[in-house]
Amino acid sequence: MLDKSYYDKADEIIKEHGKGKESLIPIMQDIQTEYRYIPPELLSYVAKCIGITEAKAYSVATFYENFSFDSKGKYVIKVCDGTACHVRKGTLILERLYKELGLSDKKHTTDDMMFTVETVSCLGACGLAPVMTVNDEVHPAMTPDKVSETIKKIREEEA
Amino acid sequence: MDYMTIDGIKVPMEGEKNILSLIRKAGIDIPTFCYHSDLSIYGACRMCMVEDDKGKMFASCSEQPRAGMVIHTNTKKLQQYRKLIIELLLSAHCRDCTTCTKNGMCELQSLAYRVGVHAVRFLNKKEELPIDMSSKCIVRDPNKCILCGDCVRTCSENQAVGAIDFAYRGSKMQITPAFDKQLCDTDCVGCGQCAVVCPTAAISIRTNVTEVWDAIEDPKKRVVAQIAPAVRVAVGDKFNLPKGENTMGKLVKALRIMGFDEVYDTNFGADLTVMEESREFAKRLESGENLPLFTSCCPGWVKFCENRYPEFTKNISTCRSPMSMFSPVIKEYFAKRDKEEGKETYIVAIMPCTAKKAEILRPDNHTNGRQDTDIVITTQEIIRMIKQVGIKFENLTSEACDMPFSMASGGASIFGITGGVTEAVLRYLSPDKDHTTLENIRYSGIRGKEGFKHAEVTLGDRTVRIAVVHGLRNASNLLEDIKAGRAQYDFVEVMACRRGCILGGGQPVPMGPNTRTARMDGIYQVDQLSSIRYTDENPLIDRIWEDLIKGREHELLHRSM
Repeated sequence: MLDKSYYDKADEIIKEHGKGKESLIPIMQDIQTEYRYIPPELLSYVAKCIGITEAKAYSVATFYENFSFDSKGKYVIKVCDGTACHVRKGTLILERLYKELGLSDKKHTTDDMMFTVETVSCLGACGLAPVMTVNDEVHPAMTPDKVSETIKKIREEEA
Repeated sequence: MDYMTIDGIKVPMEGEKNILSLIRKAGIDIPTFCYHSDLSIYGACRMCMVEDDKGKMFASCSEQPRAGMVIHTNTKKLQQYRKLIIELLLSAHCRDCTTCTKNGMCELQSLAYRVGVHAVRFLNKKEELPIDMSSKCIVRDPNKCILCGDCVRTCSENQAVGAIDFAYRGSKMQITPAFDKQLCDTDCVGCGQCAVVCPTAAISIRTNVTEVWDAIEDPKKRVVAQIAPAVRVAVGDKFNLPKGENTMGKLVKALRIMGFDEVYDTNFGADLTVMEESREFAKRLESGENLPLFTSCCPGWVKFCENRYPEFTKNISTCRSPMSMFSPVIKEYFAKRDKEEGKETYIVAIMPCTAKKAEILRPDNHTNGRQDTDIVITTQEIIRMIKQVGIKFENLTSEACDMPFSMASGGASIFGITGGVTEAVLRYLSPDKDHTTLENIRYSGIRGKEGFKHAEVTLGDRTVRIAVVHGLRNASNLLEDIKAGRAQYDFVEVMACRRGCILGGGQPVPMGPNTRTARMDGIYQVDQLSSIRYTDENPLIDRIWEDLIKGREHELLHRSM
C-alpha cells in the first residue's frame, strides 16, 4: 500500500482527464511525470477508478516502452539505438555506461538510485549521432571516453 | 436473394455478418484459431484467409459479404500461406505433443496435420516461462500459447472478469494476469471458459485423475462417485456416440468396471437443493428480506459476486450446491458402516465444471470442519480415465445407479441448463402438480438460449418476478441494473457459463458444431422421460430426510455463515 498522498495525486490527475477508459494513457503519462515511474499499486487503482481491468491497464502500460514500473534514478540517461546512432557505434556508448555504473540490460538503475540507463529507438537527433540524453539534456557525438567523463562530472557534483 | 460464389458453389446470403459464416454454410470447414461466433472478431490468426478472383487475399472472418463476390478458399497460394503460419507458430511452441495434456484434442496439432506441416525449419529461441499451477481449477502454460487471444476475449467479453490480458509487445508478447501475478491472486473465478476456447494446452484443466486412481487402489477407502446432470449428455461425445445422447447408464457401468464402490446421481442432491432453496425463497418472500434471492449452485458465480459485488452476497442463497449438499448426506449415510468396517468414504464428484474443484475447498461448504467432497474430476478427466482402462464405452450395456440415491425428479435433471434451477423451484412451489402447471412453467419465458430471460409467475396470491442469466457478463449487467434501481426481481438464477453447465469448463473440447442444441435437447429429454417431474414426488427424498437430515438441515445442507 502506498502513502495516501499518491492516491490523492492520482485522484487529482484522474479528475483532470475524466473517468473514461480513453483517459488511461494521459493519466499514466501524468503519473509518470510526477513520480518518474508508475507505482504498480497506482496503476491498479487507476484501472479500478476508470472502470477497466487491472490486466487491461497492465497490457497498455507494457505495450509502450516509455512506461516504467520501476522507480528511476535521479539521473535518467537515454541512449539512442536508432539506425543512425547504431551505425555510428551507439552500442559502445551503452556498453561503457553499463561498465561505469555496473548495470546491464536486466538491471537499469544503480542501487544508490542515482542513475538509470535506458535505450530508446530514436531521439530525433540523427545528425548528432551517436546521441544520449541525461535528464533531457542532449549530449551529441558521444564517445565512450566522453561517457566516462560525463559520469565522473555528475558524481563529483553529487559528492 | 443475393448470392456470392465460394469455390464455384453459389451460396445465398442471408444476413451473415462475415464471409467466414458463408463459407461454413457452404459446407467448407475453413480453419481458424481466433474466431468464435460469440466473441468479437479479432482477425489475428490469419488461418481463414481466402483469395478473390483477382488474387487478392484477405481474412474471411473480418470481411463483410458482398453480392456477386467470387472467392476461393483453397488455392495453392492459400495452402502455402496457411502452412507457413503453422510452421511459424510451431517454431515458437513447445512440441512435446506426446506428453501434452491436450494430445489428441489440440487444434494446433490437428491443423498442423491438416495443412501438412511435416518439418519446422526455424529454431525455437523463446525463453521458457514458468507454468502457473496456482489455481485449483486451471493450469496456465505460457509456453504453449499461440496468442490467438480467445481466452482474453472470453474472460472479459463473456465473463466480465478480465483476469488475463495481453502484455508486452512484439516477440515478447504474452498473455498474463496484471504484473505477471499468479492466477490465484487475480479475480479469476475458475469457470474454465478460457480453457474451453484455448486451441492448445496453454490453458488447460487442472487434472486430479491420479488422486482418484489412488483412492480406488486403497482397500481402506469406500470410493463413491456422484455424477452431475450435465455430464451424461457430454461424455458420449468422445466415444462417437450421437451429440447430446444421455449416456448415464453406460457411465455408471464404466465406473463400476473401473472399481468405484458406489455410483450415485447428483440429481438426488439437486432435489435436496430444490427443497431447501424453495423453502428459503418462500421464507424470504414472506419476510421481504434480502430479495432478490440469488441462486448459489454455481461456484463461479458465487466467487464472482464476492469479488465484484460484495454488497450482494447476502442475497445469495445460503444453500450449498447440489454436489455439496449431497456429499455430507452420503458421508452421514455411511458413517456407521465405515466405523464398523474400518473404512473411509471417499467421494469423487464427476462434474462438467472446473470451478467445483475450488468449491470443495471452501470452509463454508464443510461440515463441522470436514471436507465432504474429496475430489472433483471433470467430464474430460472421466473420459480420459475410461480410455486409460480401455473400456469400449460405446458398447457398454447401461446400468442404473445404486440405491438409495438413484432416483431423482426431472426437475433435478434440468439443473444442468440455464433456467433449470428456476423451473425446478417453480414446480416445487406450485400448489398444483398437474401437466398444465408443467407446461405453464415451461413456457413462462425461463427456457431458451437468450443471455437474459425474465418471467412473472403467479404463486398462490402473489406474482413473483424472476430473472435468469447465464454468462457472467449478463450477470454483471443485471446486477448493475438492480443496483441502479432499473430492475426489480424476487428470484435471480445465475450460471457463470453460457447455456449453463452443459457448456461448462470441464466438458469435452473441442466441442464441434451443433453441440449446444444437442446437449440442451438431451437434458430436456431426461426430464421429459422422468416419471417423477416434481421434486416433492421423489419418494427417496422423504425417506432420506426422515432418516438422516431432519433437524440437521443447516449443518448438512447450508453454507456456514
